[in-house]
Amino acid sequence: MRYIDPHIHMVSRITDDYARMADAGCVAITEPAFWAGFDRSAEGFADYFRQLTETEPRRAAMYGIQHHCWLCINAKEAEDTGLSREVIGLIPQYLDRPNVLGVGEIGLNKNSRNELAIFEEQLALAKRHDALVLIHTPHLEDKLKGTRLIVDALKNSGLAPHRVLIDHVEEHTVRIALDGGYWCAMTLYPETKCTPQRAVDILETHGVDRICMNSAGDWGPSDPLSVPLARREMRRRGHVDQLIQRVTFENPLAFLSQSPRFRVEPASV
Amino acid sequence: MSEFAQRTRQQVIDADFLAHRAKLIDIAAFLDRVERAADCSDGAPFADFRARALVSAIAILTDGKSDRARRVLEAFSDHTSRPIDAADEKGACGAWRGAQ
Ligand SMILES: [Zn+2]
Repeated sequence: MRYIDPHIHMVSRITDDYARMADAGCVAITEPAFWAGFDRSAEGFADYFRQLTETEPRRAAMYGIQHHCWLCINAKEAEDTGLSREVIGLIPQYLDRPNVLGVGEIGLNKNSRNELAIFEEQLALAKRHDALVLIHTPHLEDKLKGTRLIVDALKNSGLAPHRVLIDHVEEHTVRIALDGGYWCAMTLYPETKCTPQRAVDILETHGVDRICMNSAGDWGPSDPLSVPLARREMRRRGHVDQLIQRVTFENPLAFLSQSPRFRVEPASV
Repeated sequence: MSEFAQRTRQQVIDADFLAHRAKLIDIAAFLDRVERAADCSDGAPFADFRARALVSAIAILTDGKSDRARRVLEAFSDHTSRPIDAADEKGACGAWRGAQ
């Protein structure tokens, strides 16, 4: 069965991960721009955007996986508004590249004034370019407050809710996203955040409309095969293939296909 | 009615009881470990706001109401609504410092 991982940071992963994902049925991924574990310069971002739009698609294509990306200044570096505005100035020149789907993952980290201001500026950028938006909600104790602030800003942005995916939802934030008309996704982590078991609980409780699952697969403890793991959990509970396919393939396909650049078929080389 | 397969209570418990029994014992052992820490002879082993948050969230598990996961997450959350002045750090620690 084919699946799409709509949120995975492949620049942090080894090529063997692409091979294992392909073997598990992955046909397409989308990679949001995020924090590298250290604060970068604007030149560092220009290089990062080239990596996301030139190098990763080539690496993924070797395994029949279509690679797409999202560009932004992430919330963890957004406290520095000077750097943030320099990076925002760089983004438009990359937005028309063939694998770019939109602006993301933008959002909040510690829910500060600067983070919020930069978030709003990037929502405006997405609006100007008619781009899809991928939202990062804060982690742990900051998630609930951050998700509420994010939804308030989204309402003011004039962006259509069905063109926005709110990521990293958990039991206490999933309704905020769905009730606002947004797409949402659960990010599966082996330990500290949402596990595959809890993600399936959330599906059983809230249904499968407008919900996706992803692995985050980044430079921290994470598993690039989390989506197949969650599919196994659904199967273990007796859920039918049609439902599994809906959450892990058809749902991300429906959201992402709003960009004409999204593809699931392997590139003809 | 639901698109999801319905399992019996017996099936759910058969599938996951042992794993969650182990997690509960992990929590018990963690609290014992905190209590044994070198500076815990002051009679307030759970004075740290994170340990305090953990101990008070445990009460949610046995209050007889449902939606436990959501309510535990809310118990650890910052419930204020205004943005903070500045982000002095990047990480989150899992419990809200301002909780009583
Ligand atoms: Zn991410």
